Amino acid sequence: MVEREWPLWEVFVRAKRGLSHNHVGSLHAPDARAALGNARDVYTRRQEGVSIWVVPAGAITASSPDEKDPFFEPAADKVYRHPTFYEVPEGAEHL
Amino acid sequence: MSAGAALAADLFAYALRLGDDALVLAQRLTEWSSRAPALEEDIALSNIALDLLGQARALLTYAGETEGAGRSEDDLAYLRSEREFTNCQLVEQPNGDFAVTMARQLFFSAYQLALYRRLAASADATLAGVAAKGVKEVAYHADHAGGWVVRLGDGTAESHRRMAAAVEQMWPFTHELFEADELTGRLAGAGVGVEPSELATEWEEHVEGVLSEATLQGPPQSGESAGWRPAGGRRGVHTEHLGYLLAEMQHLHRSHPGAQW
Repeated sequence: MVEREWPLWEVFVRAKRGLSHNHVGSLHAPDARAALGNARDVYTRRQEGVSIWVVPAGAITASSPDEKDPFFEPAADKVYRHPTFYEVPEGAEHL
Repeated sequence: MSAGAALAADLFAYALRLGDDALVLAQRLTEWSSRAPALEEDIALSNIALDLLGQARALLTYAGETEGAGRSEDDLAYLRSEREFTNCQLVEQPNGDFAVTMARQLFFSAYQLALYRRLAASADATLAGVAAKGVKEVAYHADHAGGWVVRLGDGTAESHRRMAAAVEQMWPFTHELFEADELTGRLAGAGVGVEPSELATEWEEHVEGVLSEATLQGPPQSGESAGWRPAGGRRGVHTEHLGYLLAEMQHLHRSHPGAQW
């Protein structure tokens, strides 16, 4: 039987120049061109963006919820990774 | 009639033609709302319909102003009868299946694109403004429809068959788009309007480019629609379908004059 359902695409929109693309949602489309058009119609009809990326959802490798602890917990007590242990020299501007 | 009054009468008739084209197709496309093959396409078709409705509102408002009889956009949209509508017959054709809707959209949007590009340089500031804004909208409509014509034409055996049938079914109604008459001649001469025959080459290149990518044939060479060139919309002569469309569109306004949300 032919696959009838259109593939899923993840949509990333850049709100304006200088900002990065943010994930805004997903949609179905038969191919990349249609996905881009659908993203334009569904996610930017109120001037939300100046650039769109569409990515086949299957192409995204995501971290697993099961690995949440080994992935993210160890960073919790490593305060020395934050650049907060410097004395800022007097007269240093633009920091 | 003074020259100024004659020009105003011409502008009224011309803005009405352009506005009726946009209004009738907008109404047709809204029939897809909540019925399109996918949610995403539903929104896309509604967006196109709303773009066209916006164009129609600006054009009918301007028609009312140039007429000088106090008619508003609503009066012109809701209180004229079938024979007073001067849209081309292409836009009133029923939606058919999705392929027919896309063939009709490609043919009409490619026409509007060529027309608005030229009309943006009109000596009439209002028409130039509507066209300059609209050209970006219709470029997207043409692209959206063209994408589907290619996808279906160069798709499965069934989608190819349906897309080919849709092109053959809609093609005869495209001839009317390029017909000149006295009105277009006068307005083109005044630098206000565009002579429709000037649009044919650009339109053909656009449409034939899409059709060839879609592995489809152009104009039907044989069969029942070859050589058939229906026309008359600009004179108020329509196919049987327009009356039903207007009945649905105008019913509420006529039953409850002045009704408000």
